[in-house]
Amino acid sequence: MQKTLDKFAIGEHGVVKSVGGEGKIKRRLFDMGITPGAEILLRKRAPLGDPLEITVRSYELSLRITEAQCVTLEVRDATTAGEAVK
Amino acid sequence: MKRFALAGNPNCGKTTLFNSLTGATAHVGNWPGVTVDKRDGVYKKCAEPVAIVDLPGIYSLSPYTPEEVIARNYILDEKPDCVINIVDATNLERNLYLTTQILEMDVPVVIALNMMDAVERQGDKIDSKELEKRLGVPVIKISALKEQGLAELMDKAFNESKKQRHGSTVLQDTPLAHLIGDVRIALSGQNVGNPLFHAIKLVEGDELEVSMHKETLPMVEEFKETFEDETFGNDFEALVADGRYKYISKYFAPVLTRKSKEKFVSTRSDRADKVLTNRWAGIPIFLVILFLIFHLTFSENFLFISTFAEWAGNPLPSLGDLGLLTEEGDPINYGVRWLATIYDGTIYSPGVIVNNIWNDMMVGELFGWIQGLIEGSGMEAWAVGLLNNGIIEGLGAVLSFLPPILTLFLFFSILEDSGYMARIAFILDRMFRRFGLSGRSFLPMIMGFGCSVPAMINTRTLADDKERTATVRVIPFFSCGAKLPILTAVAGAIILHFTNGNGSADLITYAMYLLGIVVAIVSVLLMRATTLKGETPPFIMELPAYHAPQFKNLMAHLWDKTKHFVKKAFTIILASTILIWVLSHFSFNWKLLDDEQINESILASVSMLFQPLFTPLGFGSQLGEYGWVFVVAAVAGLIAKENVISTFATLGACLMAVLNVADLGGITVDAIYADDSGISAVVAMIAATNITVPGLISFIAFNMTTIPCFAAVGTAKSELGNKKRFNWTLVFWVVASYLVGAIVYTIGSWWWTLFIWLAVVAGVTCLIVLYNKGKIKIKLPKRASR
Repeated sequence: MQKTLDKFAIGEHGVVKSVGGEGKIKRRLFDMGITPGAEILLRKRAPLGDPLEITVRSYELSLRITEAQCVTLEVRDATTAGEAVK
Repeated sequence: MKRFALAGNPNCGKTTLFNSLTGATAHVGNWPGVTVDKRDGVYKKCAEPVAIVDLPGIYSLSPYTPEEVIARNYILDEKPDCVINIVDATNLERNLYLTTQILEMDVPVVIALNMMDAVERQGDKIDSKELEKRLGVPVIKISALKEQGLAELMDKAFNESKKQRHGSTVLQDTPLAHLIGDVRIALSGQNVGNPLFHAIKLVEGDELEVSMHKETLPMVEEFKETFEDETFGNDFEALVADGRYKYISKYFAPVLTRKSKEKFVSTRSDRADKVLTNRWAGIPIFLVILFLIFHLTFSENFLFISTFAEWAGNPLPSLGDLGLLTEEGDPINYGVRWLATIYDGTIYSPGVIVNNIWNDMMVGELFGWIQGLIEGSGMEAWAVGLLNNGIIEGLGAVLSFLPPILTLFLFFSILEDSGYMARIAFILDRMFRRFGLSGRSFLPMIMGFGCSVPAMINTRTLADDKERTATVRVIPFFSCGAKLPILTAVAGAIILHFTNGNGSADLITYAMYLLGIVVAIVSVLLMRATTLKGETPPFIMELPAYHAPQFKNLMAHLWDKTKHFVKKAFTIILASTILIWVLSHFSFNWKLLDDEQINESILASVSMLFQPLFTPLGFGSQLGEYGWVFVVAAVAGLIAKENVISTFATLGACLMAVLNVADLGGITVDAIYADDSGISAVVAMIAATNITVPGLISFIAFNMTTIPCFAAVGTAKSELGNKKRFNWTLVFWVVASYLVGAIVYTIGSWWWTLFIWLAVVAGVTCLIVLYNKGKIKIKLPKRASR
């Protein structure tokens, strides 16, 4: 199943399929390691609901919901990865 | 001397390595062009001394942020003899992404694989020999923190610097390889340096390169028209970035062997983060930390211990109650003087204690002693006056702020180094977006409470130009450490003179801080709705792992700051103190004036011309013949806000000579000189001018929001980078402070004017909203064509 990163539940993880968005934002997402094939885990939401915190290429990155909408992923089952968050 | 440049991601331990390598030789300078902090120092343990240059921390060499442009231009144009690329071993893939770009330049490179100790602690392993083979440049395992492997690193770098190295790329397996090769050959033919690097940037469509190599561009365009990738279509920037990461995942990532088979491991830092950015606790914890910082720096009631004691029915005794003071209220002996720096009925916070020790036991002692020597030296009266009342008083007033500024700065450095600052941005981003900013602009703003200069420099972390401009403009509204004494002096004088000591001066001070924040918010909203309109900038930010701040790094920060401050005190502030003393003690026919003739001085004559301008603010013409003193103080503040207090001291003392001691509730000239807080001087100024409370509040509000000190103005100029934008910033500061002063004064004096101001605000808001909706059109005058 594919969906965009902002639709992920906390603890869910997936593999990046495509990255969209306007030039500057897309370049930044790429530079930070969000490229097709990268695995992403949604760790948490900020106290006010936005931005999100994810783990990608084994480090933590924060991005806003609007930026997360640019990233489409193939969802993986949440068994092992979810444990790290809970 | 050979020059080595340090390059790497933010938070990869670059600063720690720099400090370890250069020790005390480091100094902060400026980059040519865009001003960015440049730090360089000397490493002495090689065969010959080597200059080490610290480049800004970056993730990529894209053309989008100023730091990235600076780093890449430095390596391309200044041609260092070797680039030491620091790679955080705990975060290999993303760090090597930058490495793949650096390797494309024709420059010797060595890789410093940092934080190996942390990797090993987790039980993971990195095959550095394999990595070395894959990268084609030396890889040295180091720990910058424990200073391990540094000698080996520098020896390798020194060896490499003797060799020639041609750029290499990891993109040779991608469909772009041919194009890159052709463009590289074309560029080589034109004698362009670093042909490979430029070729790849040109293929990416990098905006800085496209304009530089117009002749070669058609070649790239031609290729692009026929090319179509199945995933990325015609997006070459994406193709290149993807090519790099693909290569990294395939060849570099396997050098790391993880102990845990889990893909996402929970570390200690993650567990700390679970609490600190918790959905419910995150914001309260942040507020408590912020409160503690200011409490520990400024409070004279440490942890409210004395308040609790009072509630419990056992109030703590004051020094007087304990019989430790003489009848004049002075400590009975030297020991008690020390005790008084820590305790007097309440326990002081550490920041206050440091402040008291510095001022009462060190600077005060020393300067008092020097002043005594000068008085006894038999010099001419004017020389004694200039030295004692002009220079030494001025310097003393300035140096007395060093402790609170450094204490605040220390706390902010701890927040920054520990990784919590990034979390604050994460927590607050949502709120800041309402004002059209990102959570990241919170960092520079809160740093503004310490000092505007580092705060403005910190705005470089903001990628969006308009957000940066807006942030730089409002930073001075976050009242800096040097403005605090103005607040405390005036607030103290208000309480002393108008209410006979009943009431809280602190309350006025806090209210002014709050006013500054409100003005900042309103200004940002206004600017983002009108002149600095634009999309809310992105917020794609690394949240670095927490770690304990390094003592050595903190001390290096503090030492930098101290040097900067002391240098300022002994140059620009000293000069302006002398200037103000001379101008206030000489008349136009160059005659030395007595203190009571101050109204005949050059300073008075000039200032009186400007006095009427400040009438709507409550400290202009209505204050009569001595009213210009407030104008002078405000103008002196444009050089350095510390000058306001030293000006108070100089002018207050002169006014004393004019006034009758009885007017002042017993304050004498000596008391003014002895009082570093400036409160007595302000009382003298109040008595001489009959300024009202709203007038005084308007005066501090004006000082807080007007053009900041020379240093901050200079920083703003270089950070904004654009002359027109800088000039408008100056206009903005003047208009903002004038309006704030006028609003405070009129509402304070005549409460009903509140409704007029509210109507004005409502009107302006309506106009902006209508304008933005396109309902009103304002015709801007067309600029004459040249």
